[in-house]
Amino acid sequence: MADPMRIRAQASGDKATVRVLMSHEMESGQRKDAAGKLVPAWYIQEVTASLNGKQVLAAEWGPAVSKNPFMQFAIKGAKAGDKVAVTWKDNKGDTRTDEATVS
Amino acid sequence: MKYATTWALATTVLAMSVFPAMAQKTASQGIDEYRAMLQDGNPSELFEAKGEDLWKQKRGPKNATLEKCDLGKGPGVFKGAFVELPRYFADTQRVQDLETRLITCMETLQGFNAAEIYKTPFGKGEQNNVTALATWIASESKGLRFNLSQAHPQEKTFYEVGKRLFFQRGGPHDFSCASCHGEEGKRIRLQDLPMLSKNPGDGVGFAAWPAYRVSNGQMWGMQLRLNDCYRQQRFPYPGFGSDATLALATYLGVNAKGAASVAPAIKR
Repeated sequence: MADPMRIRAQASGDKATVRVLMSHEMESGQRKDAAGKLVPAWYIQEVTASLNGKQVLAAEWGPAVSKNPFMQFAIKGAKAGDKVAVTWKDNKGDTRTDEATVS
Repeated sequence: MKYATTWALATTVLAMSVFPAMAQKTASQGIDEYRAMLQDGNPSELFEAKGEDLWKQKRGPKNATLEKCDLGKGPGVFKGAFVELPRYFADTQRVQDLETRLITCMETLQGFNAAEIYKTPFGKGEQNNVTALATWIASESKGLRFNLSQAHPQEKTFYEVGKRLFFQRGGPHDFSCASCHGEEGKRIRLQDLPMLSKNPGDGVGFAAWPAYRVSNGQMWGMQLRLNDCYRQQRFPYPGFGSDATLALATYLGVNAKGAASVAPAIKR
């Protein structure tokens, strides 16, 4: 089971800014280990975010995204008390969903 | 000869193209902006969360938590412990820093084999858990000011030994810690080098580690940082929890008296 994400969502005006920190190796598949063998690729491929259960963002990621990625986005019309959920799925099929409340 | 001319030409062209850009913004301003951008998503938060979990989780052969661990302020007190370490502990009769003290607790409370963890290379197995725990404990002292004890004779000895080590030159490059950290206003490439033979100020040097290294995506504790200083001086690692690194940590910690801790920080 993957480590949890850190999600912070803050409302200001008619939008909420969401900052997400994900815990993931994001191995590109280009590196070699000490024995000279290729380290297999292992990275997040799909990221989705939803507001109160309704999807508001979908992204396709690749091996170029850094280790322990940080993502920031804004949701129009989100208010304090709304629930923001973020899900990622990696190329090994592992997935993780975390939820935060807009403050 | 022709090669040399071409090289000189290339250097001139490069210099001409670089200087106008530098006139608008100095390199250190640029780096400061980059650091400010990184601050917002410091992945050390992930390690803090992991460390807090590990503290409260029943683990090891004794299936116990670390919640009764005495970090110098009494069993279970973790707030403010970081800014008073390293210090002398009567039960182990040693000067210990945060990381080595955590391993003592992991042995006495949870039944882990301390010698085994000492031997584990950085970034592997239980060493990762020690780093995460240290990151969380350090984060619980954010903003507090360093105030190391110098009351016990051992603490004074470690300070004096640390001071000697700081200025001791050796190795193939005849380096000492002071070669890089003994003067104001020095830098390596774009990294400012703090002067560590005195108080370098809030959140600099000793007050900034554990820290997350962006360039390799690793969380580093002070033990790894000090060992790496020796590697950069072309010495072998003195080793995790060695007397040398503990003495240096005591020296740097005492020097940093009054400086506010920003750990866990984020580094290039």
